[in-house]
Amino acid sequence: MNRVVVTGLGCVTPTGNTVAAFRESMYAGRTGIAPFDPSFLGALSPDPGLRFKTTGKVKNFDPIHNPAQHLTSGVIVSSDTSAQFGIVAARQAAAESALVHHHDPSAIAIITGCACGGRAADEDANRHLYTRNARVPPTAILRTMASSGTSNIAIELGVTGTVLNISTACASGTHAIGLAFQMVRSGIAPAAIAGGYEAALTFGFLRAWDSMRVVSPTSCRPFSVDRDGMTLGEGAAMLTIEPLDAALARGARIYAEIVGFGMSADAHHITQPRAEGAALAMRRALEDTAHAGIVEPAGRVGYINAHGTGTPTNDAVEATAIHQAFGEFAPHIPVGATKSLTGHSIGAAGAIEALATVLALDAGSLPYTAGVIEVDPTLNLDIITGEPRPLAPGKDIALSNSLAFGGLNAVLAFRRFDG
Amino acid sequence: MDDIQSRIIELVANSKNLPVSDVHMDSTFEELQIDSLDKINLSFAVEEMFSIEIPDDSLNSLKTVGDIVRGVETLRAATPPNAGT
Repeated sequence: MNRVVVTGLGCVTPTGNTVAAFRESMYAGRTGIAPFDPSFLGALSPDPGLRFKTTGKVKNFDPIHNPAQHLTSGVIVSSDTSAQFGIVAARQAAAESALVHHHDPSAIAIITGCACGGRAADEDANRHLYTRNARVPPTAILRTMASSGTSNIAIELGVTGTVLNISTACASGTHAIGLAFQMVRSGIAPAAIAGGYEAALTFGFLRAWDSMRVVSPTSCRPFSVDRDGMTLGEGAAMLTIEPLDAALARGARIYAEIVGFGMSADAHHITQPRAEGAALAMRRALEDTAHAGIVEPAGRVGYINAHGTGTPTNDAVEATAIHQAFGEFAPHIPVGATKSLTGHSIGAAGAIEALATVLALDAGSLPYTAGVIEVDPTLNLDIITGEPRPLAPGKDIALSNSLAFGGLNAVLAFRRFDG
Repeated sequence: MDDIQSRIIELVANSKNLPVSDVHMDSTFEELQIDSLDKINLSFAVEEMFSIEIPDDSLNSLKTVGDIVRGVETLRAATPPNAGT
């Protein structure tokens, strides 16, 4: 069994299109959520008919004119924005770690999470299909397939190993990183690029979420006593991971160690989460740390990056799950949610939050939950608010939770790397 | 340069992010790095632009920008502008 470390990072997010910009926004508590333009292309009414007015949109993404985000005309015409976010994020991570130069590209794995596919391309292609029998462009299939970004990352980097995309709704990115971690730990793959991408902020998508009445009409404020819903977002984040020995041998920059991964299914309800399921995934992630030689991990957890969507139900059930998983430790573990900065980017969310968690361990500083007005006292959790908090001595493990619709839970355990 | 020719050259140039001055009637698809997917996309755009339908066998024989222009001229001549829908 290899110890597995993170050696490269990349992102395209509502709070920054580089890791440096993302980190700066995270510690400043600067949100990327803002009012959206309500005039949607092809809408039949100037009133979009939405109860909410904000999303977390990526800004300044320009794959034609920005050299750092450049994509060829062939890729641009045959891919959706979601895939393009993924390609650029993976490019950043791979460039930083030089992963492909140090490991056999025929064996490197690329595991991504994307749940919605090319949603924008799908709506664009089909906008006039049912109303005036319009033709559907030949690129529609390529632009809408959820694995489009995955394939394009492999093409750009020349990686021919295990390359696949996972679709488990809001847990996709976490499942992707977790499976890549297991592959590198076991030696199935010598290294991996893993993360998630999503760009689904289309008119139809927003209307569908509006109908579910889970989106905040005011602001996303996870764990706040008056929280009233989530805010939708988009973006991508990618990590490069490899065995500790390989990273040390070449003097790679090591951001954090991945020490555990836990998965579970609620097997209960398609929307109503069950605390027992999330608690089981957290327990399994902790038990999994035994492979890294960690004993009694629960007492060493110094940060939980919660799924923390800001809906009344999610945050309450997740709090219950944390209590079930951690018992007496639960009220004393610093918990935060970064979705009030980025919005909820569905398939990319787990990857963006893994990035936040890795950066927090690397800096020894925990980001605070922006937007909280008053912490919900019934949760009995130590929610980080107001300003970043130092990682407590001896508390070197952090969890990143993803709890998806349909009761699919995935939890990553990271450890601060001190050399 | 007639209208069909200029519109097609502009379409090809835009599709490959090239200046219009780089695209000529005798430019081959190979020279312009137009692959099979690009060709399908261009054909779709040409069909939409000129309200024509390019038969499969004609599509396979296209090798240059001029082939597209001549093909469109032929199809347009066979299909009066007021015909069809």
